[in-house]
Amino acid sequence: MSDNVDATRAPRRIGKPASRISRLFESRQLGWAAFVIAVLFPFVLASNYAMSIGTTAVIFILLASGLNIVVGYCGLLDLGYIAFMAVGAYTSGIVSKAWDLPILFTIPAVLVMCIMAGLIIGGPTLRLRSDYLAIVTLGFGEIIRLTANNLAITGGPSGIYGIPGVSLFSLDLSGPVPFYYFCVVVVALMVLGSARLGRSRLGRAWRFVREDEDAAEAMGIHTYKVKLAAYIFGAIWGGLGGVLFAAHLSAISPQSFVFLQSALVLMAVVLGGMGNTRGVVVGAVVISLLPEFLRDMGNLRYVIFGVVLVAVMVLRPQGFWPSRAYEPEKPVGDADDAGPAPGAPVTTAKGMTP
Amino acid sequence: MTQLIWNGLFVGSFYALIALGYSMVYGIIKLLNFAHGDIYMLGAFVGFAMLTSVGVIPASMSITALLIVLLLCMIVTGGIGVGIEYLAYRPLRNSPRLAVLITAVGASFTLEYGVSAVAGPNPKVFPVRLEGDSFTVLGARISVPQLVLMVIAVVLMWGLNSYIQRTSMGRAMRAIALDTKGALLMGINVNKVITWTFFIGSALAGAAGVMAGAYYGKIDFLMGFIIGLKAFTAAVIGGIGNIKGAMLGGLLLGLLEAFGSQWLGGQWRDVFTFGVLIAFLTLKPTGLLGERVTERV
Repeated sequence: MSDNVDATRAPRRIGKPASRISRLFESRQLGWAAFVIAVLFPFVLASNYAMSIGTTAVIFILLASGLNIVVGYCGLLDLGYIAFMAVGAYTSGIVSKAWDLPILFTIPAVLVMCIMAGLIIGGPTLRLRSDYLAIVTLGFGEIIRLTANNLAITGGPSGIYGIPGVSLFSLDLSGPVPFYYFCVVVVALMVLGSARLGRSRLGRAWRFVREDEDAAEAMGIHTYKVKLAAYIFGAIWGGLGGVLFAAHLSAISPQSFVFLQSALVLMAVVLGGMGNTRGVVVGAVVISLLPEFLRDMGNLRYVIFGVVLVAVMVLRPQGFWPSRAYEPEKPVGDADDAGPAPGAPVTTAKGMTP
Repeated sequence: MTQLIWNGLFVGSFYALIALGYSMVYGIIKLLNFAHGDIYMLGAFVGFAMLTSVGVIPASMSITALLIVLLLCMIVTGGIGVGIEYLAYRPLRNSPRLAVLITAVGASFTLEYGVSAVAGPNPKVFPVRLEGDSFTVLGARISVPQLVLMVIAVVLMWGLNSYIQRTSMGRAMRAIALDTKGALLMGINVNKVITWTFFIGSALAGAAGVMAGAYYGKIDFLMGFIIGLKAFTAAVIGGIGNIKGAMLGGLLLGLLEAFGSQWLGGQWRDVFTFGVLIAFLTLKPTGLLGERVTERV
């Protein structure tokens, strides 16, 4: 996947050179290593239960890498991200059932619906302050869930069931292990895509907007368009996650798309390290597998999630594995400056931080 | 028609009470306190715990008991609000907005699932249920409990308004909302004022929680989520940061919702409300009474 050494930002690192461990963590082969681990997983544990957990975790990685585009790269807080997954899942479910289509053929419809949803919700609110966006996305998540709950075409509270599994040409991929591999390949490509996007010209514009919107605008970046682009890319990633989700469970209902799910995806991005694809992937794996290990703790595990979220923001706001650009520089002789948090401009020239 | 208006005003007064806390905190430190709706939920649960520990309360005493519990709950939830500010928000006072918003989500999460872990995830039946006769005014059926709760809400709002307009602490709050640095230079203890703001806002939300518990009779740990969103909508309609705007917005949202659900059917009520929020943010983001603020760079 990506190495997050960005030539346009934080120029030379002052201080000691990277240690062997951090060089290992930044090596280009790390993505391949993760891919190999994911491929080898069924050889270790191939029970249906393990495959189901693994597939869920892989889909969760896709969602987290999509939210990373919105929150991590562009710094826009989206609290209703699961709504895009709902749009994707419901669109593919309805279309494939209504016209008896293979589920992969519904992807164009899903893309159209997700882009439309992104435009409808992002269009009016991205012009406003970022905290309005947070609460509007929260409301949007509820609107989608309630609409799915109320309409007849979405099957009401009981949802849609009997969604076909994935088949490619005449190859049936709906069994647990083949579907797992299918998901791994698709998600690996999408994660790679989001990492590449982060390093593209658009990705640099996103980071610039996140660091300082006014400065970005002054430099000729159309901030509104750039933010809308981030939002729509996030919507596409979420929608495709929804397609995989629908194919995986073969039944979807409004209960799958509650706020809790959005919060969990956000948590994966925040804990892993906003803006760093590797950190986000690790965060997603941890967040999606942790409930399996903490099953007997009940709701207490969500309390722990909440406390950890606050604690991370207070103590280590850049997340556990931030991208290099996020690492706060040691303030030189400026004792009362507690060090910038994520999004704070990292400038080498002292005195330029507001 | 008058029935709809009355129902709308009644629900709206709840929204207004919660919206006040949102609006005050936002006006002073420009923070969207997501945990605010959960303070409302917490108020209901604290009241529940107090009333169940007392035991059986005779029906004739229920109003008195409720008033005492209301006051105690306001103190407790106010204290919790102050605690959240101290632990979660104060360390991030100068951090970027994203970090603070995520912290607020974390605080809200902790409160919701903390309550569910302590009190259990199932809905609880509130031990005191306000019952009373109802009478008809202009074709609208008004029950005595509704009237009592409405009076309590109006008294609280009036008290808050005069507190902000008349006392030195209120003047300090307004000064900080205008210009934090200037207020600091004029010798105002900014941290103390922010603490007080959180105390008052959370106390009002807690009062609304107890009142909702006593009126609807059922409480659960996620009850603050939707109402928090709606209170935010009310604050936006009135113009966020504006105290009178929050009251107006709450009542207006109650009315809109009553007519909206009449028109579209009850199951679309919440969708309609959030639609109103999005429409307002698109067309008039400053709200009805808010002033146009140009952000200085």
